[in-house]
Amino acid sequence: MNWRITPASSSSIKLLSLPLIELRQSRYFYFSLENLLVVCVRGKRMVSGLINENPTVYERKERRVRTDSTNTDEFSVEPIDQLEIFDILFFDFAIVNIHHIRDIRDPEHPYSLEQLKVLTEDSVEVDDHKSYVRVTFTPTVEHCSMATIIGLSVRVKLMRSLPPRYKIDIRVAPGSHATEAALNKQLNDKERVAAALENPNLVEMVDECLSPSFE
Amino acid sequence: MAALNNLTEHLEAFVDVTRSPTHHAESLKAIATSLEKGVLSINQLVVEMDMYLTTTDDVVRARGSILLLAEMLDYLKSKPLDNAVVHSLIGFFTAKLAEWRSVRGALSGCLALIKRKGVAGVVTAVDAEAVAKSMAQSIQVQSLALYDRKLCFELLECLLEQYPEAMINLGDLMVYATCEAIDGEKDPPCLMIAFHVVELLARLFPSPSGPVASEASDLFEFISCYFPLHYTHTKGDEASIPREDLSRGLSLAISSTPFFEPYAIPLLLEKLSASLPVAKVDSLKCLKDCAVNYGVSRMKKHYKDLWPALKDALYASTKTDLSFGLESLTSPGFEMGEIHREAVNLLQRLVKQDISFLGLVVEDIRVNMVFDTISRYLRYEEMLDTSKLEVLVVSQILSVSARSSVESCNIIFETFFSRLMNTLGIVEKTSPGDLVHNENSTVSTRLYHGGLHLCIELLTASKDLIPSSEECTSTPESAQQSWCSIVNRFSASLIEAFTSAVQSSNDDCSADAYLGVKGLLAMGMFRGGSSPVSRSEFEKILTTLTSIIAANSAKTVKWELALKALVCMGSFIDRYSESEKAMSYMAIVVENLVSLVRSSHCSLPHPMILEATSEVCSTMPTYVEKMVEGFEEAFCSSFSDFCVSLGPMTLDRKVFTIVSVSISNKQGIESFLISNYYLENTCQVNGNFKSIENCSQLLECVTNKLLPRLTEIDGLEKSLVNFAISMWNQIESSIVFSYDFNGREFVEAAMKTMGEIVGVASVDSQNSIIQKAYNVISSSTLPAMESIPLTVAALEGLQRNLSTRDELILSLFASVIIGASPKASIPDVKSLVDLFLVSFLKGYIRAAQALGSMINKLVTGSGGTNISTDCSLEEACDIIFHESDSSKTICGSETFLGKICLGFCGSLDLQTRAITGLAWIGKGLLMRGDKRVNEIALVLMECLKSTNSSGNALHPSAMKHAADAFLTLMSDSEVCLNRKFHAVIRPLYKQRFFSITVPILESLIVNSQTPLSRTMLHVALAHVVSNVPVTVILDNTKKLLSVILEGLSVLSVDSVHKETLFSLLLVLSGTLTDIKGQQSVSDNAHRIIECLVKLTSYPHLMVVRETAIQCLATLLELPHGRIYPFRREVLQAVTKALDDPKRRVREEAIKCRQAWTSISSRSTPF
Repeated sequence: MNWRITPASSSSIKLLSLPLIELRQSRYFYFSLENLLVVCVRGKRMVSGLINENPTVYERKERRVRTDSTNTDEFSVEPIDQLEIFDILFFDFAIVNIHHIRDIRDPEHPYSLEQLKVLTEDSVEVDDHKSYVRVTFTPTVEHCSMATIIGLSVRVKLMRSLPPRYKIDIRVAPGSHATEAALNKQLNDKERVAAALENPNLVEMVDECLSPSFE
Repeated sequence: MAALNNLTEHLEAFVDVTRSPTHHAESLKAIATSLEKGVLSINQLVVEMDMYLTTTDDVVRARGSILLLAEMLDYLKSKPLDNAVVHSLIGFFTAKLAEWRSVRGALSGCLALIKRKGVAGVVTAVDAEAVAKSMAQSIQVQSLALYDRKLCFELLECLLEQYPEAMINLGDLMVYATCEAIDGEKDPPCLMIAFHVVELLARLFPSPSGPVASEASDLFEFISCYFPLHYTHTKGDEASIPREDLSRGLSLAISSTPFFEPYAIPLLLEKLSASLPVAKVDSLKCLKDCAVNYGVSRMKKHYKDLWPALKDALYASTKTDLSFGLESLTSPGFEMGEIHREAVNLLQRLVKQDISFLGLVVEDIRVNMVFDTISRYLRYEEMLDTSKLEVLVVSQILSVSARSSVESCNIIFETFFSRLMNTLGIVEKTSPGDLVHNENSTVSTRLYHGGLHLCIELLTASKDLIPSSEECTSTPESAQQSWCSIVNRFSASLIEAFTSAVQSSNDDCSADAYLGVKGLLAMGMFRGGSSPVSRSEFEKILTTLTSIIAANSAKTVKWELALKALVCMGSFIDRYSESEKAMSYMAIVVENLVSLVRSSHCSLPHPMILEATSEVCSTMPTYVEKMVEGFEEAFCSSFSDFCVSLGPMTLDRKVFTIVSVSISNKQGIESFLISNYYLENTCQVNGNFKSIENCSQLLECVTNKLLPRLTEIDGLEKSLVNFAISMWNQIESSIVFSYDFNGREFVEAAMKTMGEIVGVASVDSQNSIIQKAYNVISSSTLPAMESIPLTVAALEGLQRNLSTRDELILSLFASVIIGASPKASIPDVKSLVDLFLVSFLKGYIRAAQALGSMINKLVTGSGGTNISTDCSLEEACDIIFHESDSSKTICGSETFLGKICLGFCGSLDLQTRAITGLAWIGKGLLMRGDKRVNEIALVLMECLKSTNSSGNALHPSAMKHAADAFLTLMSDSEVCLNRKFHAVIRPLYKQRFFSITVPILESLIVNSQTPLSRTMLHVALAHVVSNVPVTVILDNTKKLLSVILEGLSVLSVDSVHKETLFSLLLVLSGTLTDIKGQQSVSDNAHRIIECLVKLTSYPHLMVVRETAIQCLATLLELPHGRIYPFRREVLQAVTKALDDPKRRVREEAIKCRQAWTSISSRSTPF
C-alpha cells in the first residue's frame, strides 16, 4: 500500500497512535483490516493523498422496471433474480457513503456506487436454483483502498438479505485493482470475513455504509 | 370613582414592564371598554395619566403611557370623538415623533388617528401636513426596529392615501422622505408597503415638472436594486409575504410612472438576458406592466432592443418535442414554461398596443426564413432540432401576434398566409362554390408537417377574433374582412388538404392524422355568421370526421382523434348556441352515429359505436334525447331478435290456451309451469348471440357512460326513465326468450341498469316505473307463486325452476324495488312480500335483497298517515315471520323461517337459502335500527352451534352460510341497501350490532363443543370485528385482543378462510400502531409475536405473510424490554421468509430483519 498521510492542519492526523475515541472526535478515524489501512475523512477539509481525487461520474442508467408486477397468481413462484439483488443493494443501500473518496461540497448528495459505476446491474450474476450469487465490482482506481470496505459491505448486505442457502461470491473485476488476487481471496475467505466482522469498529464502519436502510 | 380607582390599577399594570403581555392586553381591554361605554372620557384618561405622560422615567413614559394612549385610540376607531380632542391628541403625537424613546407610541398614535373614518372625528389636513413634516424631519426610518419601520411605512401610506392635497403641498419633502426611508430596507412586509408608497407618490405627482419627475433617477435607483427579487431566507417565516406578491408590488412600483422609463427599460432588458430563470420571468412580467403604463410613445424608443430580447427569450424557452397525442388536440401541443408564457403575454400586449411593433416582426429575417425551413422537410421527425425550434417559435410568434387584434391579424394573413399556401401547394378557389382542377390540386399539395403546424396555429389564433353576434354590428365590416376573405378563398382547398392528410395517414405515424384532424377542427371552430367557412364546408368537415369514425374497425389513434374533435365541435356549438351548425351537426354526426347503433351489422365493433355515440351526444341535451331514443330502438330490435314477440307474431293457439287456462286456474301450479316449459321449447327461435351481446353492451354503456354524467346533462333523467319504461314494454310484449349462452350476462346488465336508473330517478318517475313493472309482473305467471302456502311441503314441492322470462321479470322487478326511494309508492306490498319470500326460498338471492330493501324502507305502523304504502313494517314482518296469531316474539327461532334456518324442517338447500335470505332481511332491519334484528342475530348464532335445541346436528354447509350471514349484515353492499339506493341508514348501526353480538359470540366460543362450530363462530366474529370502524376496536382492544389472536390461529388452519383471516389480521395491525391499544399490546406481546410468527409462513395468501411481517416490524415500537426476549424467534421466522416465493414478502422480510437485527447486540451482525 503506497499510502501516505500528511496532516492538513494542526489538529489532524499525525496521531495514528492515539486512542480511537479521540480520533473520532477530531473528525478522523481509522481502522486496520489486516494489513490495510483506510482513513476516512469526513467534512470539508481534506488530507492530501485522496484515493481518487476526481472520479468519473456516470449518469444513472434508466431503471429496468418490473413488468410482471400485476402477477395475480397466488401460488406462482417469483425466483430471486438479477434485478432483485441489484435492488437489495441499491434501494436500501442506495447511497453508500463514498464521500470519503472525494471532497464533496454538499455532503447531502454524495455519489452513489451506481453513479460511479462501481456496481451495475449486469455485474450481478444469480442462479436461484443453485443458490448462488456472484457480485463483481469495479473500484474506480487501481489502488482504491476502499475496495475492501465496499466488498465487505456488499457481502454483509447480501448475507442479511438473502436466504441462508445462498453462497455469496464477491469479486473485483479482472484488471481493475492492483491487488486483485489478494482482495478476492480476502473477501471470500470465511474466516477472515468473520474475523473482520468481530472487529466492532469495522462493523460500525460497514453499518455506516449501509446506514440509509435504517432511515 | 370606582372606575377611576380601577383605572389607576390598570394603568399600573400596563406600565409595568415586568408583567406578561397577556396582563397588558387585559388591562388595555378593560380601559378601552370603559372608554367605549362612556364611563370614562378621553379627557379624564389624559388627566389621570398626567403623571405617566410627563414622568422623567423614559421607559414608563414611552412604553407605558404614550403607547397606551395610542393603542387605546386604535381600539376606539369607530367611536366618535370631538374634533378638538383629535386635534390636541394629534398635536401631542406629532410632537412626540421627535423623541426617539417614545417613537413607537407616537407612530401608532398618529396611525390610529389618521386611519379614523369620517363620522368619528378626523384629523384635519393641516394636522396631517404637520405629522408628515415632523416625520420627514425627525425620524430616521432605517435606524428603527423592524416593527417601527413597518409603522413608519404604514403611516406614509395612510397619509398619501387619505390626504393627497396636503401631501402635494409638501412636494419634494415627501419624495425625499420616501427615498430616505426605503434606502436599505430588507424586510418583505415593509418593502411591500414601501413599493405601494412609491406607486402612490407617482400617482400624486404626475406632472413632468413635479418632484417625482425631477427625483426619478434617485427614486428608481432605490427601488431597482431589489430587482429581481430574491429571498435569501426562505424558511421559518410563515407570516412573511410570498415572493410572488412582493415581486408584483415591485413591478407595479417600477411601472408606476413614465418618468422611470429611461432607467427601467434598459435595466429590465439587461435582466432579461440573464441566465437566471426567475430574473427572466420577473423582467418579462415587469416589461408588460411597463408597456401598459408608460405609453406607446415612450416604449417606441426601445422597440429595437426589445424585439430581439423577446425573440431570444421565446427561442430559449421553447422545447422541440411537439406532441401528436390525443390530449394536445385542444392545446398548443408543447410544454409552456413560465418564461414562455410571460414572453407570449408581453408580445401580445405590445402588438395589441401598437401595431407598428408588428413591423419588426414581419420584417424579421428569422421569421421570413421559416418558409424555406418548412419546405425542406416533409415529416416533423425528420427535422433537425434547430429547424423544429424555428418552426415552433415562429408559428408561436405569428399566431400570438395574429391573436392580438383584428388589425394585426389582417397584416399577418396578408403577408404570410398566401406564401404559406404557396409553399404547401394549396390553391385558392377562383370562383365561389367550386374548386378548379380538383384532382390536380390535391395531387400537388405537399403536406409539410411544419407548414401544416404553422397554418393550424394561424387558423386557431384567428378564430378567436370573430366577434360574437352582438359585437358584430358595432365593428365595421371592412376591418375584419381582409383576413376573413383570405381564409375564405382557401377554405375549400384547405379542408381538402387536411382531409387528405388524415386519409393518407397510417397507423405507425400519428403525426399526419393529428395534424389533419387538428386542422379540420380549427376550420370547424369559426364562430358565427361572418365565418370564413361556409356551411357546406362545415358540413364537409363533419362528414369527413364522421366517416373516419364509422370506417375504422379498430381503435386507432386516428379514430380517437376524430372522436375528440367531434366532441370539441359539439361542445363549441353548444357553448355559442349556433343553431344552424347545431342542425348540421345533428343531421350529419348524431343521426349517423345513432343509426349505426341501431343497425346491428356494421364493421365497427359495437362497444366502439356506443362509446363514440355517447361521447358525441352528451355535448347537447337535444342530442342526448336523440341518442337515448336510438338506444331504445336498438335495445328493442336486438331484444326482439332473441325472443318471440307477442304482438305481431301469431303463436300456436293451443299453447297459448294452455297458458291462459293454467293462469286462470291457479291451483294447477305444477301444470302451468310445465306448460310454460313446453312453450319455451316448442317455439324455435334462432337466438342471436350477437344481438344479445349487443344488448348487454348497450346496457353497460348506459350504466357506465351515461348515468355518471346525469348531473351534467339536463333532461337525461327523463330520457333514461323512458328508456327503462320501454325496457319493460319490450319485456311485456315478448313472451319467450331463447337464450342460454350469454343470457346471464344480459340479465346481470339489465338488472344493474334498471336498478341504477331507478336509483337516480325522481320519486315521480320511480312511481311510474314501479307501476309499469308491477303491471308486467301481475300479467305474468309470477303472481301464482304468491299464493303458495308457506309450508315445507309446498315449498319442497316447487321443484322446477322459473321460466327464463319469469326469472328476468323477477330479477328486474327486484332491481326496481331495490332502487326505489322510501317515498315511492309500491302497490300491493303484502303480496309482493309473499312473492319475494317464496322466490328467495327457491334460491333467488336478488329477491332476498329486494325484500331486505323493502323492509328497510317501509313506514312503521305508528307513523300515522302515509301515502306510499298500504302495508306497514309490522304487517310485512308478520307476513315474513308468519307468526302474527300465536305468540309475542315476532321473529325469533319460533317462527317458521327460524325453524327452517335451524333445520327443524325442510331440506338442506331450503335451510341455506333461508339463512341467506334472513341475513338480507336482517340487514334491512339493522340499517334502520329496528330491534327485531337482535332476534335474527340470535337465530343466526343458534345456527352456528353444533347442535340445535332439539339435539340434531347442524350441517356444516348451513353453519358456513350462517357465518357468512354476518358478513352480509355488517359489510357495505354494492348491489343494494346503500346510499345510492336510498337506504334508510341509522347512524352507528354497526357499533350497536357490534356491542350486541360480540359478547354473545365470545361466550359461545368459550362454550363451543366441536372444532367446526368453534371455527364458524370465529369466522362470524371476524366478520363483525373487521367491518366495524377502527375506533370501536381501539376502545375495546383489551377485551378483543385475545379473541382476535385466537381467531387468527383458528382461521389459519383452513385455506377457505383466507380472506377472512386477512381482514382480521388488518384489524390486529390497526391496534398495534395506535396509542390506545399500546398497553394491551405490550401485555400480550408474547402471544402476538407467536401468532404473527406463525402467519409469516401462511401458505395460502401472500398479503397475509406480507402484513404479518410488517406487523412484526411495527412491534419494535414497543418497549425494548418487552420484545427483546423474542428476538431469536422473530429473526428465525423472518430469515425463513427471506426465501419466500413472492418478491414483495422477501422485500418486507429484508426490512424487518434489518430492523430486528439492529436491536440485538452489535457483535452479531447477522
